Amino acid sequence: MSASLVLAQAGGGFFRDRSKVDSCVANNGFCPDWIVHHLDRYVSPFWQHLFLVVVSVGLGFVISFALALAAHRRRRLVGPITQVTGILYTIPSLAFFFLLLPITGRGNTTALIALTAYTLLILFRNIVDGLDGVPEEARDAGRGMGLTDRQLLWRVELPLALPVIIAGLRVAATTTVGLAALATFAGAGGLGDQMASQKEFISNIAVGGGLCVLMAVGLDGLLLVAQRLLTPWTRVRTA
Amino acid sequence: MTLAFLGGLGDALQFIVTKSEGPGGAQVGGSQLLPLLREHLLITLVSVAIATAIALPLGTWLGHTKRGSFLVISVTNAGRAIPSIGVVFLFFAALGAGFFNITLALVLLAIPPILLNAYTGVRAVDPEAVDAARGMGLTGAQILRQVELPLALPLVFGGVKTSTVNVLATATLGPAAGVVTLGDPIINPSSYGDAGRLGAAIVVAALAIAAEVGLSAVQRKLTPEGLRLSERAASRRRLLSISKRRIAPTS
Repeated sequence: MSASLVLAQAGGGFFRDRSKVDSCVANNGFCPDWIVHHLDRYVSPFWQHLFLVVVSVGLGFVISFALALAAHRRRRLVGPITQVTGILYTIPSLAFFFLLLPITGRGNTTALIALTAYTLLILFRNIVDGLDGVPEEARDAGRGMGLTDRQLLWRVELPLALPVIIAGLRVAATTTVGLAALATFAGAGGLGDQMASQKEFISNIAVGGGLCVLMAVGLDGLLLVAQRLLTPWTRVRTA
Repeated sequence: MTLAFLGGLGDALQFIVTKSEGPGGAQVGGSQLLPLLREHLLITLVSVAIATAIALPLGTWLGHTKRGSFLVISVTNAGRAIPSIGVVFLFFAALGAGFFNITLALVLLAIPPILLNAYTGVRAVDPEAVDAARGMGLTGAQILRQVELPLALPLVFGGVKTSTVNVLATATLGPAAGVVTLGDPIINPSSYGDAGRLGAAIVVAALAIAAEVGLSAVQRKLTPEGLRLSERAASRRRLLSISKRRIAPTS
């Protein structure tokens, strides 16, 4: 293993020689040349991974949003919902997949149910916290302007809660990228599938893991940009 | 005892409680699960202990000096974005199979939550309490030990709890890297069968939930009486819906 690391540190020029590349690959080392020539095999797992993340965070958001609105009106629901989503969040994903397997079988459905379940706690908590954080004066002002409860929610409370809600979405998205790497055990593919197929090969693990990190950073950045665009008033204050 | 009427679930429960011959010919299930459980708990305990020894002093010190927020946030974000399976496989690919190598991977995964909670916990201590302590003539080290740490203890312990539950979950991947934990029936179903796989999934899930519930109880016990009282008062206020209205402008 140390030999392969030395080879890897020697840099790209070293690998012009075909046999050196082959020996690096044979040693399961970190081989930049191999990576450059085999990136194409990560393309479709990457899209599948992104599909799993986007669909489960999207579904999770819709469910948590409905739960949070219900809990916002009836405070009594906050405790029980937090406990149930907390238990779902605690179940190890690997176990979750295999608990679902007899019911939903191998494939996307199993992976999506488990991954969606994980986002619920984070998203629910942040939406409730965001709504709780709305200053009472803002609500009073809205009521004074003659807004109904429904209008108050959509025009005053939700916009003011948006930064906290998006912060929750960012955590949920990055966490789900990492968890979706385990979807391979549910037979749902993704980058984890690619990693598990050659788990002794450092180059393969590094590219698969690296792409996961890139995806997480990319989604995080997108959500941050979305927040800036959706809450222009926060920019005015800081500028 | 036969639980056949429960179908697949019954077989899985039977696998958990009684020993039988698996598809691979070896005896599996029941008491044969105990060595797997032992390995699972051992690797979790060792990893969390090492991670705590590293991250706890660092986090509390950074929180006390109110420095290094960039470091803490970066480590936390990296910890969230890097998939656990990637770290485990990377250590397996680079160092080979073995208890110690996988422990190192789990230590890396356990550090971020402990670091973050120790940092935010100490940092979020009421500055007036710290001022009062300083006014009483306490030194920096005394303030950290006698004021900041006790007040931050619930949050600090919360980080250890999160890491423990995470590592318990990730240790399930152990058999993919040569450490025979409770994940073995899940990762290598050929020698355990479907009942073994479902049974192990149930045990792992139960273990994680038990750890979460048990450590949460410990966390409540660790909360200083004063904090508990003020929290109770706050929740009572909320229940009676006497929301304390801030009259002064918030900005």
